[in-house]
Formats: sequence, structure tokens, C-alpha cells
Amino acid sequence: MEKIVERLLNGDRRALARMVTLIENEAPAARRYLAELHQHTGRAHILGVTGAPGAGKSTLVTHLTREMRKRERKIGVVAVDPSSPFTGGAILGDRIRMMELAGDPQIFIRSMASRGNLGGLSASTHDVVRAMDAAGYDPIIIETVGTGQAEVEVMQTAQTVLVVCAPGMGDGIQALKAGILEIADILVVSKADRPEADQAVAELVMMLGLDPTRRKPDKTHPSWKIPVLKTSAPNGQGINELADTIFQHRLFLETSGMLASRASRQTRSEIQALILHAVSRTLKHTVNEEEWQNLIDEVVTKERDPYSIAAELAQRIGLPSQVTQNKQALRVILPWIRT
Amino acid sequence: MSETRPIRVLVAKPGLDGHDRGAKVIARALRDAGMEVIYTGIRQTAEMIVEAAIQEDVDAILLSILSGAHMAIFPRVMELLKENSVDDVLIAAGGILPDEDIPAIQAMGIQGCFGPGTSTEEIIKFVRANIQTNRLEAEV
Repeated sequence: MEKIVERLLNGDRRALARMVTLIENEAPAARRYLAELHQHTGRAHILGVTGAPGAGKSTLVTHLTREMRKRERKIGVVAVDPSSPFTGGAILGDRIRMMELAGDPQIFIRSMASRGNLGGLSASTHDVVRAMDAAGYDPIIIETVGTGQAEVEVMQTAQTVLVVCAPGMGDGIQALKAGILEIADILVVSKADRPEADQAVAELVMMLGLDPTRRKPDKTHPSWKIPVLKTSAPNGQGINELADTIFQHRLFLETSGMLASRASRQTRSEIQALILHAVSRTLKHTVNEEEWQNLIDEVVTKERDPYSIAAELAQRIGLPSQVTQNKQALRVILPWIRT
Repeated sequence: MSETRPIRVLVAKPGLDGHDRGAKVIARALRDAGMEVIYTGIRQTAEMIVEAAIQEDVDAILLSILSGAHMAIFPRVMELLKENSVDDVLIAAGGILPDEDIPAIQAMGIQGCFGPGTSTEEIIKFVRANIQTNRLEAEV
């Protein structure tokens, strides 16, 4: 076994920290280490915490971590903040909110920049969680970047998803829309000390009430009734109840068989993501910046269309040119081409 | 690593002064230079700074201090880094550091001292020139 892997498995936090860096930077050795770590994973309960910027995610994670520490857990936190689309730089500020957790050896916090990924996580977040899992952290809490309506990637990594909604952010129509609210296993209305909090809870409850599976539950399958919980950081309101609900959800996943079905869905999407990532990397190495510029100019001046260029490049990296006819695949690759 | 990776920097405010405008200016400048900046906020103890540096596996720690407590708190930071055998991280300091203290600060192993009036370009250049770029290939 590799030395760094052995040290990580023995709980050495410097080894874990370095492993995360290697994973994040796609160091050649990282894949080998991850393969070794794989068999030691699968123990941790993985929580995702998502919501709009300023909704109170970091604060909630801090309070939740403190509550779970009371329950003798060793907790990992991965906090993702956005990278600049222009310089690639980032300010990772989630630790500010988590200051009171500093110095507890049973808590490991790692800040990550999204590095061009658009789904609310960074491309390597899943692997970083895996390393923390192998190192014995349980639960592992993933805090996404501040999300809008459609960044739902956290559901591909987390087992239990918390969507944090601050009061006063919109009316009942917002609550009806598809996207982020749909991925919640638990809805949290933060800043419950504010007067609009009860209104926000009422709208979310109404939204949930419109869900047909909730109105006519299928008696043959166990179902999870998505709770709407209120929390308030200044007085710690609702945190205890939230922690209980999280553990109940884990129990539900285990007893209902959904833990396994979610894992298999996640594995499928992970393998697909690895392939797409390989494609985008190959493309990056095949086409240099100058050629890009020429191709872009040709499209701008209407000499050529984007579809024929995509077909040509696809062929050059060994893909059948027909794949570009599927826009879904293109859409996944396009953000990479831009960076 | 052959490919360039973003430099990770911890900007930390040790001690009790609550003025972090300077630290924020530096953090923003480093961000605009393409670095990933972990900012931990004001009133950090030496223990908090070193623990954050370890967990975040940063290339550099920039300490910003205005209170005058640098000769008390910097040695503690350096001692804790040594205790944890963290020897591959660039340490620099900025803020109000009297000229007569600078030799002592540098003797602790703090490689750069930047007072008021330093341009942000100078600090960016300093970080780029002095971090250990090959630290990922070494063992921790």
C-alpha cells in the first residue's frame, strides 16, 4: 500500500490534506491512490447543503457540525466557493463563518474552488468526499457554492440533500418552479427570527402539498415526507431537530433500499462524468488557443457554422462525428471549451 | 506537477485588532492574480491559523497584523508549524511592522515583510517567486 494512503487511513490529517490537493489538481498518482481508497469508502453519511448566496449555508453547517460533535461524530466539511471565470482565482471564505469549529481535531474542513464547474460543486468534490470517507469522517457535509435555480449536481454526490431557503426571497411561484427545490430531502428555512419566515414555510409546504406522490402516496413503497424546518442561528433554534431529521433520513434510506438505488444512480453519473471529463481534457490538449481563435472567427464571420466545426473536432479526438448531433452531450462539453 | 495549478494562499489576521481592510485588499489582489485565497476572518489565534493552513494545504500564509502584537504571536505561529513539521509553506507578514523588528521577524523564518505603501503587484510577485512549486511531489 502507498505510504500516503496508509497514513490517511490511520487518520493522519496532513496526509488527508495532501491527498485532497493531489485529487484537486489531478495529479497522476491521485487516481492510483483513489483506487486504493475505494474499498475503504461507503461508511460515511454524505450530506449536501445548498441554497442561494447568503441564504445561510455556512452558518447552518457550523451549527449542524457543532450539534453533531455533541453526538460523538468525527465530521468532515467540504465547502465550495466559486472561481472567477476570468482569472481562475477565488476567495474561499466559508471558514470565516466556521471559526468556532477551529481547533477541534475531530473536525476537518476543506475549502475548494469550483474551478470552472457549473453545477455547484467542483469536478473533484466527489473524490475529495471519498478520501474523507476513507479517513473515517462521518458525516461529511458538502456546502455548495451559492446556487441559483438549476445547480443540482450535489444530488449526484450527497445521500441527504438540505436546501436552505432564506425568507423573503420570492413568492409562491418561485416555490413551484422545477429545479433546486425538487432535490431537497429536507427543506430548511433559515433566519427564522425574521418576520417573513412563516410565510416562506407556508409557501414551501403548499408547494410540497401539490406533489401528486405526496397527495396519493403509493402504499406499496415506503416514502419520505419532505419536512420543512425552521432554523435560527443566533439562538440555535431548530438545529437539534434538524440533526435528528438528518439521521432519520439516513435510516429511511437504509431501510427503504433507497441508499443502494441512489448509490447506483450516482455511480452511473460518476462514470459518465469521468468519460466526459476525459473527452474535454483530450480536446484541450488537441486544439490550441490559436486554432480556437481561428475557428471562433470563422463562426463569427459566418464562414462556417458551429455544428460542422464540432463534428470535425469530435472526429479528430476519436469520436464519431455524429455525436455532435446530440446537443445534450455538447452542452456538457461546451463550458470546458470556453475555459 | 507539469501542469500549472492555482496557488493556494491563506490570508490570516492573528491577534485582536479588528481592521481587515488591508487583508481584504490583498486577498482580492491575489484572487485577481488567479490564486485561490482562503480568508479566515479577524481575531485568529496561532493555533487556528496553523490548523487552517494544514487542512487547506496552502502554498503560502500571509499574516496581516496592525495591533503591535507581532513579536508575541509570530513566534507562536512558527513554533506550531515546526511542531507539525510543516516546512514547505512560504510565510510572509504585512501591516504595521516597525523597522527595528524586521530582522527578528525574518530570523524566525518569515520570508517577507510588507509595510504600508507596498504595491499589490510586489506581493503577487513575491508569492509567485518564493512558493515551493514542487511541494506536491514531496512527501508530507
